[in-house]
Amino acid sequence: MRYEKLTPTHIDSLRAILDPARVHVGEAISEDYSHDELAYDRLYPDVLVEPISTMEVAQVLRFSYQHHIPIVPRGTGTGLCGGAVALHGGIMLSMARMNRILEIDQDNRMAVVEPGVILLEFQKTVEEMGLFYPPDPGEKSATLGGNVMTNAGGMRAVRYGVTRDYVLGMEAVIPGGEIIHLGGKVLKNSSGYSLKDLLIGSEGTLAVVTKLILKLLPRPLRQVSLLVPFPDLDQAIDAVPRIMGASIIPTAIEFMQREVIQAAEKYLGKPFPDSSAPAYLLLAFYGNSIEELTAVHHQAAHVCLASGALDVLIADTQERQEMIWEARGAFLEALKGMSEIDEVDVVVPPAKVAQFIKFTRAIAQDLGARILSFGHAGDGNIHVYILRDGRPQDEWRILLGEAMDRMYREARDLEGQVSGEHGIGLAKIPYLQASLGDAELHLLRGIKQVFDPKGLLNPGKVVG
Amino acid sequence: MHIVVCIKQVPETRDVAMDPDKGVLRRSEAAGKLNPFDLYAVEAAVGIKEKLTGRVTAITMGPPQAEQVIRESFLMGTDEGVLLSDPAFAGADTLATAFTLARGISLLDRPDLIICGIQTTDGDTGQVGPGIAEFLGLPHASYVRSIREITREGLLVEQDLGDRIAIVSLPYPCLITVGKGIGQPRLPSFRRLLATKDFPVVTWGSKELGFGDEVYFGLDGSPTQVERIFPPKIEREQIIFEDGDLARQLYQKLVELKFVG
Repeated sequence: MRYEKLTPTHIDSLRAILDPARVHVGEAISEDYSHDELAYDRLYPDVLVEPISTMEVAQVLRFSYQHHIPIVPRGTGTGLCGGAVALHGGIMLSMARMNRILEIDQDNRMAVVEPGVILLEFQKTVEEMGLFYPPDPGEKSATLGGNVMTNAGGMRAVRYGVTRDYVLGMEAVIPGGEIIHLGGKVLKNSSGYSLKDLLIGSEGTLAVVTKLILKLLPRPLRQVSLLVPFPDLDQAIDAVPRIMGASIIPTAIEFMQREVIQAAEKYLGKPFPDSSAPAYLLLAFYGNSIEELTAVHHQAAHVCLASGALDVLIADTQERQEMIWEARGAFLEALKGMSEIDEVDVVVPPAKVAQFIKFTRAIAQDLGARILSFGHAGDGNIHVYILRDGRPQDEWRILLGEAMDRMYREARDLEGQVSGEHGIGLAKIPYLQASLGDAELHLLRGIKQVFDPKGLLNPGKVVG
Repeated sequence: MHIVVCIKQVPETRDVAMDPDKGVLRRSEAAGKLNPFDLYAVEAAVGIKEKLTGRVTAITMGPPQAEQVIRESFLMGTDEGVLLSDPAFAGADTLATAFTLARGISLLDRPDLIICGIQTTDGDTGQVGPGIAEFLGLPHASYVRSIREITREGLLVEQDLGDRIAIVSLPYPCLITVGKGIGQPRLPSFRRLLATKDFPVVTWGSKELGFGDEVYFGLDGSPTQVERIFPPKIEREQIIFEDGDLARQLYQKLVELKFVG
């Protein structure tokens, strides 16, 4: 695809659409905008614009369409697959200033927000009102728009589902500048094709979201976490289907290895409550009374002990839970502090998690590399990190290629999917293509073509 | 070695109703938890026990439901529990509390070491630990930030006195109060829960403590009274640095405010 190169005249036109203070070029574009959280190449947009209204977004999209200039929407840039990087230059549309919580509708238990609202702030705001927004991706400084565009999952997916399950409606702008309204403040909807669901997880390749209607729940009053040490990772993972099979539904089941815990201790400068065992499961339970929670977590504790757990450590107060979850939240940053890394975010059927983890350990040994993993043992979404550990560039590329190829192939064989929650972006396109048949790819490309016939919106992502 | 650890049940949240007549907290209405500072006391006691062998007795004063924090301390590794509970103990200030706890401890097998948290999160006075030591006539060190040496004869500790660190040697029997520096408190263990289910918690009232007509305990034995409890005023200040070497100015401000050394 060939695009128009941005000229000073184009910049002037953009400065007529938006306040010139919100149109940045050249050195005024911070280095932050040239990458996301896991990209090591720097790719700058030609111009960075910061709209504050749907109307401005619509005008910028119309401008891009008229002048054939690529446009890349972006939240806070916390993605891990290059989804918010301007691969072909052009316009970067930062949605971060559209960050108002427009309405919290207590009667319907719904919120209407702009896409730039930060997840952490939104969670805090609704919780203060006795409400609860369950999606809980590790990266709390991400925007809600970014969460929706990648269909982010997070730790609580075992019990509450993923971002998609909480998006009821949206306002968006399609290439050309037309504003569309999808879904609404309704809990059921069988009114034709669900375009809303098509946009969720589309990574900014089909439309730019400008407003979201989100579903909320009543806030659970109490929570207990269990930190369960195991003599090895295999036994830890093998316990998961037994817990699920005992009709216990935890809010979260995470697994972690001592090596990752120690990295987090070093990164945070704080000791973890226990690091004596090689592997752990971390379970969380939400409920409304002490009695209810005690019964459930005791049942889970018995299942863990019967599955070979060394003990079951109980985090029943806020202080104790924070010690654990703060460390869990720092795992990714801690690993990045150890070495340059690249990641795999596959999802496999929950009962196949153990098999997949064992496979990654086998290839780590085979390739002589450190491959560490942690993640959501309860929902089958595994984050596997390959550590560069000072290898020269060419060796690193070869290692990555080999490790990734093998892992994605294994995930496919286990009937899994390429990405559980981080998305495809540009980093995983070849693996998505390898996992889909011709007919499926044809449909995906056809959908892209209908929304974005000129291929201007976030080009080079998801479908290539 | 016999170690006694003094613990307290405190309200789980800060939203606790006050009794307007007595100026004390209505404890029965709030869910309770083990005072966060006492977690360090229990950790220190159990840690020393594991090194030197011996046993740890947890003692608390409170209403009958305070047995819960004794049981919680069992899950962290204490071996025995004593609950001092009597309606006559209610409304005690720090002096009356220290008096009552000291009496309880004096009835135990002679302890070598008594460990308290530096303060509670509900009263925040930090007086009960030293008070117990005074009533028992024991040497003590409060605000201990680390235990340097533990021997069969005594302890060598670092005491954080705010503007200086004192290195103090204490012979047994002695009392220390400890906080964060002691290290991460262990989590309660489910295996211990199963193992300690039938552990008894001894309850002693004023009769068992041998209190007669003395007025050193409870509300009547409390020379201090709380007139009013209110949340502290929080002041926020905003400084904007605009010109010159911003990093240096910010650094100097942080030094001035003692956030960095």
